[in-house]
Parts: sequence; structure tokens; C-alpha cells
Amino acid sequence: MSFLLGENMTGGYGGADILHDCTIGVEEGEIAVVVGPNGAGKSTAMKAVFGMLNLREGRVTMKGEDITKLSPQDRVKKGMGFVPQNSNVFTSMSVEENLEMGAFIREDDILETMEQVFELFPILKDKRRQPAGELSGGQRQQVAVGRALMTKPKVLMLDEPTAGVSPIVMDELFDRIIEIARNGIAILMVEQNAKQALNIADKGYVLVQGENRYTDTGEALMQDPEVRKAFLGG
Amino acid sequence: MMENILNALVLLANFLVVPGLAYGSQLALGALGVTLIYGILRFSNFAHGETMAFGTMAAILATWWFQSLGISLGPLPTALLALPVGILAAMVLVLTTDRLVYRFYRKQKSSPVIFLIASLGVMFFYNGLVRFVIGPNDQIFTDGSRFIVTAREFKKYTGLNEGLAIKTTQGITVVAAVVIVAALFWFLNKTRSGKSMRAYSDNEDLALLSGINPDRVVMIAWLLTAALATIAGTLYGLDKSFKPFTYLQILLPIFASAIVGGLGSPIGAIAGGFVIAFSEVTVTFAFKKFVTYLVPEAWAPDTLLQLLSTDYKFAVSFAILVVVLLVKPTGLFSGKSL
Repeated sequence: MSFLLGENMTGGYGGADILHDCTIGVEEGEIAVVVGPNGAGKSTAMKAVFGMLNLREGRVTMKGEDITKLSPQDRVKKGMGFVPQNSNVFTSMSVEENLEMGAFIREDDILETMEQVFELFPILKDKRRQPAGELSGGQRQQVAVGRALMTKPKVLMLDEPTAGVSPIVMDELFDRIIEIARNGIAILMVEQNAKQALNIADKGYVLVQGENRYTDTGEALMQDPEVRKAFLGG
Repeated sequence: MMENILNALVLLANFLVVPGLAYGSQLALGALGVTLIYGILRFSNFAHGETMAFGTMAAILATWWFQSLGISLGPLPTALLALPVGILAAMVLVLTTDRLVYRFYRKQKSSPVIFLIASLGVMFFYNGLVRFVIGPNDQIFTDGSRFIVTAREFKKYTGLNEGLAIKTTQGITVVAAVVIVAALFWFLNKTRSGKSMRAYSDNEDLALLSGINPDRVVMIAWLLTAALATIAGTLYGLDKSFKPFTYLQILLPIFASAIVGGLGSPIGAIAGGFVIAFSEVTVTFAFKKFVTYLVPEAWAPDTLLQLLSTDYKFAVSFAILVVVLLVKPTGLFSGKSL
């Protein structure tokens, strides 16, 4: 029984189905990575798990509780955090305000959480008064992840967190993500950089055309000659 | 010579700077309302001028009532005391409208142009409502002392030929605008609700993901807009006079202000208000006397040195609007492009 599980999901944005009987999930404190070619429905699968798309079949459970019918906002309250791929920061607002908005649903003191985010991403502390739109790509992603962490989620979903950043920044971001997972937060992420992502993954899903093609531990997928040949470039 | 320069400057201050500041403040307050609705509900609210007229009308009725009870503010216009009544009435009106009209289109996720057309309908409705209640004629509701400084006092005090008159309403307009703008910026930048409005305006999807309640944001936007519209309208009415038709006309300079400054940008709305106001006043100002003071007698101009007759003052905001849309569609402060 996975901590967060999207089971046998079938559906799309109205019209033709994009996901076909697709299953992805993650355990507490683990990192699960969804990889696959362009148009495989990776992002769609993430959105389905987060409730941003109506499923025709299948269900989403968290700690065994069925949350298929919940809105994204209600899932945030249940302890899910989501970092979209695009426009994932409030560009006109300062870094600090971005974090504050991330914690909007919380009624208690958020300063401690904010300090934790600044500990994780020290650069953000220096830039706290700067509008997020003026930051570099990597720093922006840090703001985006930090914003999602402000609700103290139990599971963090990342849609291509390293899209458009340099390899050095990517390694740095992956290190941070591992650190977040060590603190007991389950991480479910979609990645374009399959090799690097599977390297840090406890579990990997290879999606093709909205279906699960291979599912195994990250290590096993890395070793699998077929997966290597078809998806990891040999 | 020195005296001539001073006379010229006082002349400019009296006929250009003081009226420009007052008019600019009124436009800025009006444009703030337009920009707020654009930022949050993402459409151009053509009913804004009539919202101003309605709020002002309610304030006028309350003013008359207070006057009949013998309540007054001494040297200040009684209308200031009536403002809260006007604001409340406008708030009820816009919230009812939102509930009955705009909410339907929000649920349909209609495109902004549909909202715009709906707001035109709302505009005509408000228009009729105001005329039905108070009539289409001029209403004068200002009382208290008329001037802070009169031209005669100024002349006597300084010994200059030119006088500088500052009307009480002009003084109140500028002071009120400063206070209101400061309060609005404090609200938007320092309070949780204000920040959530900026977040919603910046990135609606992410705001929803963060658990910001869209209904609440929309409601606050309307409440603020109603307050801003009523204050702007009442100040304008005090300064000039209240005639429902002028509030239809003022819609153009207000939109020009909001767009020149950058739609969705509050600071832009204020800058735009003053740009439009000063352009209008400057272009329609007769510089003859001003130049006569400054040049040797032989060079004194024969003509009025007026670029445009005051009848064409609305053409000024139109021209600026067109230029801005052609050259920098996002406006001075890079708001959203139309």
C-alpha cells in the first residue's frame, strides 16, 4: 500500500484519453520518478494525481483514503504540495511574499517553516526582498519548491523541476530534493533528465503513450538493458 | 524682471499646476478602480464611470439629508461626512451586480470581451438608475468655505499682479488622494488579504493551488473599487459640479490613465492619472499671458498661444491613448497588454 497512489488512472482533458490504466505512487520518505519520451503523459499523470484533471476510471488514494473526488485545494490541505512546470512563482512578488502565499492556508506561525526553507536554499534568504521574476531560472525553481514546502506537505510533487536550468544547477537541485526526502517527505517527480533522475530514485516509472511500460526501483531500471537502450541513450 | 518671472510662475501654478493636481488626483483614484478590476477580474469595466456617478449620487442625497438636519463640518464640505454612506451604497450596488451578472460569466469562464460587453450593459443600467433617482441636471452640493487661499489674499500678501487661488475642494481632493493611495498600498503590500489579491492578479492558477479563495478576492476587489469610485466621483463633483453625463465622459480619461500607466498596475494608474490630467490642462492652456510676462514687450504674442480649444480636451486623452497603445501597449509600468 503506497503512501500516495494513483491507481489504474484513465482520462484526459476531455476528448481522447491521454492516460490508459496508468499507475504511479510513492512511499513516505522515498523518491519516485516518472520518466518517458515526450508526449508520454508524464505531466498529465501528475496532474491526475493532484486532481487537476477528471479521471474516467481509476482512483487516487493517500494513506489508503480515497481522495479521487477532492479538488486540488483540498488535496493541499490533506498534505500534498505541487510544483507546476511553468509559471510556478508569483513573478511580481518578492521571494518572501511567494513563501507567505505558499503558506496561505495555514493559520499558525509560518516563520519557522520559512527559516527551514531558507536553510535548504540559502540563496533565497539573501534575495528575500527581490521580486521572484528577477531571479535566475535555478533560483526561481528554488522559490517554487520553497513555496510548495510552506504548507509542510507530507508529499511533494514536482513537474520537471530541472527544466531549463544548467547541469550544475540541476545537480544542486537534485541534492536539495534528496535532502527534502530525507526529512521524511515523499517525493513524486516527473523528469526529462531520466538518467540523473533515476540515479536518485527509489522507484522509477517509465511511461509510454499514457501506459506503464516499466516499473521498478531506480537502480534496476538503470541496469535494465532495454530501458537503457530505449530511454537512457545506451 | 524678477517680478515678471514670479508672476509668470504664479500664473502657471494658478491655472495649470493646481487644477492639474486636483484633476490628476481624481483621475488617479478613478483609474485605480479600473486597474483593480482589470487585475483581478481581468476585464475592462466600462460601468466604472457610472459606478462613480451612483456612489456620488448616494453621497449627495446623504449630504442633503445631513444639511436638512443642520449637521455640517464647518469649513469643510458636508459631503465628506456623507462619503461613507455613498461608499456603502456603491458597495451594495456592485456586489449585487457581481452576484447577478458577472458571477454567471465567471462560472462560464467567459472571455474578457464578453465581460466587457456585459459591463456596457451594466453601465447603461446604472446610467438610467442614476438619472431616475436624481435626474439628469446639475446638482451643486458643496458647502463650507470655498477657498483655502483666494487670489486677492495672495496678491495682497505677495504684492504680485497674479493671484493664486486654491479652492477648498482642490485641497481636499489632493489630500484625500494621498491618504487613500497610501492606505491602498499599505493594504496591498502589507496585509494578508492584500497580498493574496496581488498573488491572484499575478498568477491565478498558482494562487488557487496555494489555497487562496477566489470568491473572497473578487469580493474585496469590488468593495475597494466601490470605495475608490465613490471617493473619486464625490471629489470630482465637489470640485466641478455633479451632472450624470460628465461621469460618462470622464470614463475616457480614466481608461486612458489606467492604460497609459499599465493596466493592472496600481502605481501605473496613479502616474497615468497625472500624465493625462497635466497633458489635458497644458494642451488646452492659453500661454499668451505667461509668455508676455517672460519676453520683452515687443515680442509679446498676438495670439492666445493655445494648442487646442478646451472643447477638444477629450481628444488629448484619446491621442495619448493611441500613442501608448502603438508604442508601448503595456503602459509606463508594464501592466498587462490589452
